[in-house]
Amino acid sequence: MNAAQPIKIAILAMGGEGGGVLADWIVDLGEHNGYIAQTTSVPGVAQRTGATIYYVELFPRERAQADGGHPVLALMPLPGDVDVVLASELMEAGRAVQRGLVTPDRTTLLASTHRVYSIAEKSAMGDGRVDSTELLAHAARAAKRFVRFDMARAAEESGSVISAVLFGALAGTGVLPFSRAHFEATIERGGVGVKPSLRAFGSAFDRAQKEGDAAQQEAAPIVQREPAPTHPEVRALVEGVRKDFSADLQPVLLEGVRRLIDYQDTAYAGTYLDRVRKVQALKVDDGGRLDEAVARHLALWMSYEDTARVASLKTRSSRFERVRGESGAQADQLLAINEYMHPRLQEICETLPGGLGRWLMNSGAPRRLVERMTQKGRVVRTSSLRGYLMLRTVAATRRWRRSTTRFAEENGLIENWLQRIGEVAAFNPALALEIAQCQRLVKGYSDTHERGKRNYELLMEAARKAGPTLAPATLRELRDAALADEHGKQLRAKLAQYALG
Amino acid sequence: MAERSFVEEVKKLKLGQGEVFSGEGILAVTKALLESGVAYVAGYQGAPISHLMDVLADAQDILTEQGIRFENSASEATAAATLAASVNYPLRGAVTFKATVGTNVASDALANLASGGVTGGALIIVGEDYGEGSSIMQERSHAFAMKSQIWLLDPRPNLTSIVESVKAGFDLSEASNTPVMLQLRIRACHVHGQFVAGANRPPEFTLKEAMEQPQRDVSRIVLPPASFVHEQEKIKERWPAAVKFIEERRLNEFFDGDHGDLGVIVQGGSYNTMMRALERLGLADVYGNSQVPLYVMNVAYPVIDSEVLRFCEGKRAVLLVEEGQPNFIEQNLATILRQAGVSAQLHGKDVLPVAGEYTTAALLKGARAFFERYGRIEPQPLPAPVRKIIPLVQAKELPAPPEPDQPIEEVVHARPPGFCTGCPERPIFSAMKLVERELGPHHVSADIGCHLFSILPPFHLGNTTMGYGLGAAGAAALNVPAGKRAISVMGDGGFWHNGLTSGIANAVFNRSDNLTIVVDNNYTSATGGQDILSSKANNATRSTGHEIEQAVRGVGVKWVKTLRRTYDVAGMRDTLREALTTKEKGPKVLIAQSECMLNKQRREKPLVRKAMADGKRVVRDKFGVDSDTCTGDHSCIRLSGCPSLSIKPNPDPLRSDPVATVLDSCVGCGNCGDVSHAAVLCPSFYKAQVVSNPSGWERLRERIRSGAIGWLQRGEARRRERYAF
Repeated sequence: MNAAQPIKIAILAMGGEGGGVLADWIVDLGEHNGYIAQTTSVPGVAQRTGATIYYVELFPRERAQADGGHPVLALMPLPGDVDVVLASELMEAGRAVQRGLVTPDRTTLLASTHRVYSIAEKSAMGDGRVDSTELLAHAARAAKRFVRFDMARAAEESGSVISAVLFGALAGTGVLPFSRAHFEATIERGGVGVKPSLRAFGSAFDRAQKEGDAAQQEAAPIVQREPAPTHPEVRALVEGVRKDFSADLQPVLLEGVRRLIDYQDTAYAGTYLDRVRKVQALKVDDGGRLDEAVARHLALWMSYEDTARVASLKTRSSRFERVRGESGAQADQLLAINEYMHPRLQEICETLPGGLGRWLMNSGAPRRLVERMTQKGRVVRTSSLRGYLMLRTVAATRRWRRSTTRFAEENGLIENWLQRIGEVAAFNPALALEIAQCQRLVKGYSDTHERGKRNYELLMEAARKAGPTLAPATLRELRDAALADEHGKQLRAKLAQYALG
Repeated sequence: MAERSFVEEVKKLKLGQGEVFSGEGILAVTKALLESGVAYVAGYQGAPISHLMDVLADAQDILTEQGIRFENSASEATAAATLAASVNYPLRGAVTFKATVGTNVASDALANLASGGVTGGALIIVGEDYGEGSSIMQERSHAFAMKSQIWLLDPRPNLTSIVESVKAGFDLSEASNTPVMLQLRIRACHVHGQFVAGANRPPEFTLKEAMEQPQRDVSRIVLPPASFVHEQEKIKERWPAAVKFIEERRLNEFFDGDHGDLGVIVQGGSYNTMMRALERLGLADVYGNSQVPLYVMNVAYPVIDSEVLRFCEGKRAVLLVEEGQPNFIEQNLATILRQAGVSAQLHGKDVLPVAGEYTTAALLKGARAFFERYGRIEPQPLPAPVRKIIPLVQAKELPAPPEPDQPIEEVVHARPPGFCTGCPERPIFSAMKLVERELGPHHVSADIGCHLFSILPPFHLGNTTMGYGLGAAGAAALNVPAGKRAISVMGDGGFWHNGLTSGIANAVFNRSDNLTIVVDNNYTSATGGQDILSSKANNATRSTGHEIEQAVRGVGVKWVKTLRRTYDVAGMRDTLREALTTKEKGPKVLIAQSECMLNKQRREKPLVRKAMADGKRVVRDKFGVDSDTCTGDHSCIRLSGCPSLSIKPNPDPLRSDPVATVLDSCVGCGNCGDVSHAAVLCPSFYKAQVVSNPSGWERLRERIRSGAIGWLQRGEARRRERYAF
């Protein structure tokens, strides 16, 4: 009985990621270097963004001739019987592990560490992302050898595609009986995008060879900027933070102060600190968690997104540069930036000085006129002088922000929120912490914002009704339920379940 | 304008006697057709044989050289009926479509064809879309072969065997005056391999001759009394003739093994998988030398009694490997063995899975059970308990990988297929979601095609799908006075396949008040972009450019609207709202037009690259999200699901929820921007227009602009700088 075995290679990729190209390369590599190669796949609907597996088997032609036979090659991978697995993305590597294709006794796993988020991760109303370290841990434990790095970045850097990077990494691991020259000749025979492919191949080859350090995850060290205020008022605020608050609370507070000066002015930042001081004065003994939460969420709430804020952020030079970067515009290319905006009567009234805003909101004909004018969304070209000046004017309304109806409303909510936190902290700090975190619900614009605020008020109402009988965990559950679906189905269910609805 | 071009590959179709062909299974089949002297080929696209249609389309000049007619059939029924040309004339013909959905549609014509029988060889190549990656109901073509008495070939999945069975199929068909069905599993269609080519053979008898000297034989037409005679012929003449031919040509294969008391009977299509299972059990080697005798049924129907008996004679037991259910062959073998009083024990779906794809893992498990039972292999020892051993000295190895906290199932999500980046169908369903917010949910009768992805996240639209082109028909019963109207979706492919009559005309005649959305993206996109009547492209060999709207009006629909830009989400929303609320009675048809982005990009990317290289002015749109105004609610994603609209960590140190981001794969279709407009979502979306090779005047204007804006920005920055720390 002959013990010869083919080389078995599985490629896990998503539709349109070049998994097929990679498979064809490997086949061509084999056939040009004395191997009988077979590959097959199940494209089907997987072509349309789904996940799919390409399977390749290689068998030495000489050996077959010597044994006077022709190998019968399989059309699908058998769990526990795969030599090399190539995964174009980290969750696909996880899928290979899940399907039992990666086994410690023999499988070399090559995977990119970048993530292409699944629709479930993307469409969550909060943070639905899977922890990459989990996937890495599973892959590392399952594989005999695990070569991984951010191949998406590697591809981008060399102006090529992931398949070329994977091909290079495959060559670098030396698990296949072919030389680097053989691999490169294959790419050249392909004849499409040869130069960039070879660049990507080369860098990946080196990377895979010294996989020891490739195994280390690239993590940028977080640098804490040492504040060096110049403006006297700002200096006063920073010193206030230094003086009155514990060290581990300071970073958040400084960030908050920075944000609120930028948002409004130093006085506003002062108000912020005073509010946090009040909470600190409650002397809640929970390791500073309540203070931290309030400091964080208060800063976010006080810098609520209104038209002036959005306009100010969109007109900055730093932002122009970011867009240039994201759009990949070269120096010799012109760049036009168009904003998709849909200001409605509400936003306009909220932007006008308080009195005027109220008048318009309650007026007859003028109101209808504005409503008719704001039926459709507008596209504003910020990169044109007209568009830029328009947004700058809107940004300038910051000056009378304190007088606007929106400010009055948000400020009222904030005051109630802080008051509730104070009251509750007296009998249950843990519950106060949960209440503080409920601010997370109030986000977004127009409908989204209204929905968020509705949910927030529902929860506050529930908390008020239940009083001391409300368990912190229950409020947390309600908050998660509020973030679970747009139509508030789960929230209603939970409220009913706890008889708080 | 097919998704994939085979212009390069089809050159292989010209290979001569003795040359080595290296390529995909589908292409090998085409070569085999040329070597068999076919006079005509027809078919309807669908995975896994779409590529066969594309290959034939791209090979038309070679086909005409050979005097072969190629038809893009309107449906599988049309394709099957095309074989009528082989009834009276010695013309070899082949048709192809996907199974079992295509066979369902074709079965009326197939039944009539099989009843009267054929003179020229008639081959039906079905692509079996069964098992992993399948997009259809899981059934067997086998039943169709049996009910109409069409011989069914299921060759071993290597190019040589596939090519041989194509040739043998025509001979068998002619020898037994019976159409022959060649079954190719999806992996066999896409398998890359090699075979030694033969010479191409032009047809001996031509279509021209048939048209100019027509012949008729009333005894071949399905009408009493002939139809009763046909049934007798099937049994008394055609069946024995087929059996004789199959035996003489040795279409089924016997492989001896040294251990004769056990045996394996396997369908050709499952041979490679079974061999791998046996090899894993140490009962065979990689070359297919097995210790256990094998009987490989390259002919799945009819079963050849004499061969079965010869193989089972004197055996203790045999294992039958028959994928799918019902277990027709197993039942058939049981009868044969029982009636002949053969004592060999028959095993099949008692040790193998009754339903589902026969993967290597499944066959390995079943085969192990079988061989353990008959003491051919030792039962697997139980895994020995792993004892922890504390090393005396600290091993100088890499630290053991960290222990994961969650099981792998928790962290690996499904990746349901979805609309491609920039797909013109996405905005249609975004608009439907928006209308749903206003008017509440409606009953949505879905169809077959990419648009069926609407049933998946993030859209969750669609209640049923009853088959290709049957979207509107699927809502037929929902036709009573009610507060809401039912919505049907149909693709242009399904529309021309049968939807025009089965759905639209039916709705007119039965005075339906429902809405049908016809998604027109210039060709049958889901199957790979094959042209159809309403295709915009002018096709050298086909007549295109026939408007769907005209056809719809032609069958009597009054309320018809055509939207030529599906990306206009607001427009789409308003039209949908009108269609669902208008007082006007009678069926409403909304035709939503925009080209399939997948194919459009394939075509235009190279052109754009060239234009830029040639120094021409080119404007590229790319969308983006401002991460400092995005609050991480992801409504935009829930209304779009575009692959290029993703998330990234929040750069804001105070926030934790990830923000939306647009990846470089963005093709600038504008859907996300339009959605944020229509849904009044948020002001975070921007469209960056990058102009390559701008004109001198443009550069000047830009200099002035950026000069002024830059000056203002610097001023503002200085003001903020004073307060920065």
